Amino acid sequence: MDAVPARPRLRLGYAFDPIGVLGLAVVLAWGLVAVCAPLITPYPVGEIVDLDYFGPITGQFWLGTDYLGRDMLSRILMGARYTVGISLAAVSLACLTGVALGMAAAVVGGWFDAVLSRFLDALNSIPGKLFGLVVVAGVGSSIPVLIVTLAVIYTPGAYRFARALAVNVNTMDFVTVARVRGEGTAYIVRHEILPNIVGPVLADLGLRFVFVVLLLSGLSFLGIGVQPPNADWGALVRENIGGLPFGAPAVIVPSLAIASLTIGVNLLIDNLPRRIRDRSA
Amino acid sequence: MANLVEIRGLRVEARTDSGRRVEIIRGVDLDVAPGEILALIGESGSGKTTIALTLMGYARPGCRIVGGSVHVDGHDMAALPEAARAALRGTTVAYIPQSAAAAFNPARTVMDQVTEVARIHDLMPPEEARARAVALFRALALPEPETIGARYPHQVSGGQLQRLSAAMALIGRPKLVIFDEPTTALDVTTQIEVLRAFKSVMKDSGAAGVYVSHDLAVVAQVADRITVLKGGAVQEVGATAQILSAPAHPYTRALLDAFEPAGGPRAAPAPSGRPLLAVTDLVAGYGPIGRDGRPAVTALKAVSLTVERGDNLGIIGESGCGKSTLARVIAGIIAPVSGSIAFDGAPLAPGLRARSRDALRRLQIVFQLADTALNPAQSVGDILGRPLTFYHGRRGREREAGVDALLDMVRLPRALRHRLPEELSGGQKQRVNLARALAAEPELVICDEITSALDTVVAAAIIALLGDLQRELGLSYIFISHDLSMVRSICDRIAVMYAGEKIEELAPAAFGQAGTHAYSRLLHASMPKLDPGWLDGLAQQAEPPAWPAPAPAVP
Repeated sequence: MDAVPARPRLRLGYAFDPIGVLGLAVVLAWGLVAVCAPLITPYPVGEIVDLDYFGPITGQFWLGTDYLGRDMLSRILMGARYTVGISLAAVSLACLTGVALGMAAAVVGGWFDAVLSRFLDALNSIPGKLFGLVVVAGVGSSIPVLIVTLAVIYTPGAYRFARALAVNVNTMDFVTVARVRGEGTAYIVRHEILPNIVGPVLADLGLRFVFVVLLLSGLSFLGIGVQPPNADWGALVRENIGGLPFGAPAVIVPSLAIASLTIGVNLLIDNLPRRIRDRSA
Repeated sequence: MANLVEIRGLRVEARTDSGRRVEIIRGVDLDVAPGEILALIGESGSGKTTIALTLMGYARPGCRIVGGSVHVDGHDMAALPEAARAALRGTTVAYIPQSAAAAFNPARTVMDQVTEVARIHDLMPPEEARARAVALFRALALPEPETIGARYPHQVSGGQLQRLSAAMALIGRPKLVIFDEPTTALDVTTQIEVLRAFKSVMKDSGAAGVYVSHDLAVVAQVADRITVLKGGAVQEVGATAQILSAPAHPYTRALLDAFEPAGGPRAAPAPSGRPLLAVTDLVAGYGPIGRDGRPAVTALKAVSLTVERGDNLGIIGESGCGKSTLARVIAGIIAPVSGSIAFDGAPLAPGLRARSRDALRRLQIVFQLADTALNPAQSVGDILGRPLTFYHGRRGREREAGVDALLDMVRLPRALRHRLPEELSGGQKQRVNLARALAAEPELVICDEITSALDTVVAAAIIALLGDLQRELGLSYIFISHDLSMVRSICDRIAVMYAGEKIEELAPAAFGQAGTHAYSRLLHASMPKLDPGWLDGLAQQAEPPAWPAPAPAVP
């Protein structure tokens, strides 16, 4: 019965699990790196600084060098900008549109709901990578195109999730009370539905962020993501895949970066701070 | 030892989510003699269920038995290892839950689940267990005892399921049976059958019982002794007759007073030419409308009624009779198939969208469950402030003053405005729920079973508040309930509904009199009385009137 471990307590009335704190620290660290990358890279990103290629970890090159002899640490730090930035922009866009449409569909119902749901189901049936390939083949690869493509791929999922949550809240008596009062759809969505689904929606956003990172890395790995000489982490893995037989750090380190970011986000969303209901403590 | 159950100095602690420990049971002593039925009575949060569960050596998640002993048939349930407790559960101590519907597995037949205890403890061969189960079904007056075991839980009614759960508890021949509010969720007419069945099987089996309830009248029928609890401590113990006739403790007296809630005298309604609300030949239902112009399921069949200004109309009937549908049709939530609604002489549009904001304001509805009717993400101040802004355009300081006035009106401290609904008690939530309707300054308030989820004492306070508000604000109420005593205390006229039809409309005093409809008389007779001999007296009467017609057997 007494198995619940004592949690560190914040003064704000929230309980935050240490594992969640660890996840938050990892995510914040990568965010900080993305923001300050140009200030802390030891070498310019595109410059060949080592005569050898696939160089090992040395005092001069902390994470070794890549297949052209460029400094791996600098490329990872700059790559964080693309991976974190593009993914964050794409996932925010996807969740914003998906959640807004999902809540509206649940509250309005009827034809609006049916048409929107079937349309997004159709969109959902197109495999993500294939869709990305077609779009990039059609309009070419640039960062805005990548962001919009990724957002479109992940909107139906966010829509489905938000709609399912909102449908449950929509049947609650307090929504009926608001309707009987004569409130419009916008008020019901904003004040009655959203505050009650925001927790799961945030958790879903974190999960979807991870998928976007992986898909972006996958697209870059296929060569249709971020274009050289810039590179996100997926592109770094692809560029340096030739170093795998040599056990070069150049192929392992970007993989570890992807893993640490995605696992960090997962740990954070699984252990979001919980509000303490017992106020008298 | 002489007693079957001896609880000494029991203390149970709960741990809140901030890690704080709260003592929820503070040193309780209890005795139950073999064959005796002891009632634990008190409001929600008084610890009655927690104590009953300790008899099985069980504490709910987050709770822990921290002191004292719970001796049941010589075993200290508080000290035994889990495996030894498990061996005693079902054989020495058995449990009948409040909601049998939630306690049965919908995917397995009733017989499988009733005989499960015998199988788990290897008490008797399966054939014998089935034979015993059938004998119990017969003793519990269940229909078709030979074959009812082959049904699935959704194929029997709520009252039958509750009796089946009693069969499940008794199959292992326990020495002690715990009844955890087993009739609270049932209609009054069903409650009688279930109580009668419980009483007769308990007499036959000779087992002792602990009956947990907040309804003094129900307890009076079954218990030999009553223990009154409040705040995790025993307030008063005594024989049933003594507690009912000479309660010593103030809380017990409050419980008894709450039994006959008083609405208080009201000013005579002002004479007025036209009724405030007139409903004519209302037909409503669910599902697609068929070729004959009727919905797939008809919930209301041509109901007509009127409410005079300043008058209160009660609507009473068992669950499924269409009374809540009627409330929703009047409020505009469900559009009727045919019929008309006129408010203050002017016709009301059938659907919400077609009604003007002012028409919506004048007619408010208050829902049964304040838990779901209040947005858990909004503070009390926001919940009450919104209708002030929406209907009356009050903002800023004017709105704050309005919220304070509303809180005063429903007798809640002003400091509560910053709380979230989950931080309020059940009675406080229902007051906020009511205050939100009052914020609109309505003329008619539809109260849909607003007291049925509350304890007797709290419910009586809400009824008294409704009476006060009516005097202050000149409101009219439509009061929907299945509790006749509540409705009688506040209403001027009472409409009785059965199977979607209004069968008659009576003055409160006319209930139970000759010449009224048989179903109204049945409702009146089913109202539990505080007299311990009431149930037995009923049993000796000629069979209750043949109404309602027995439900057709499930094919």
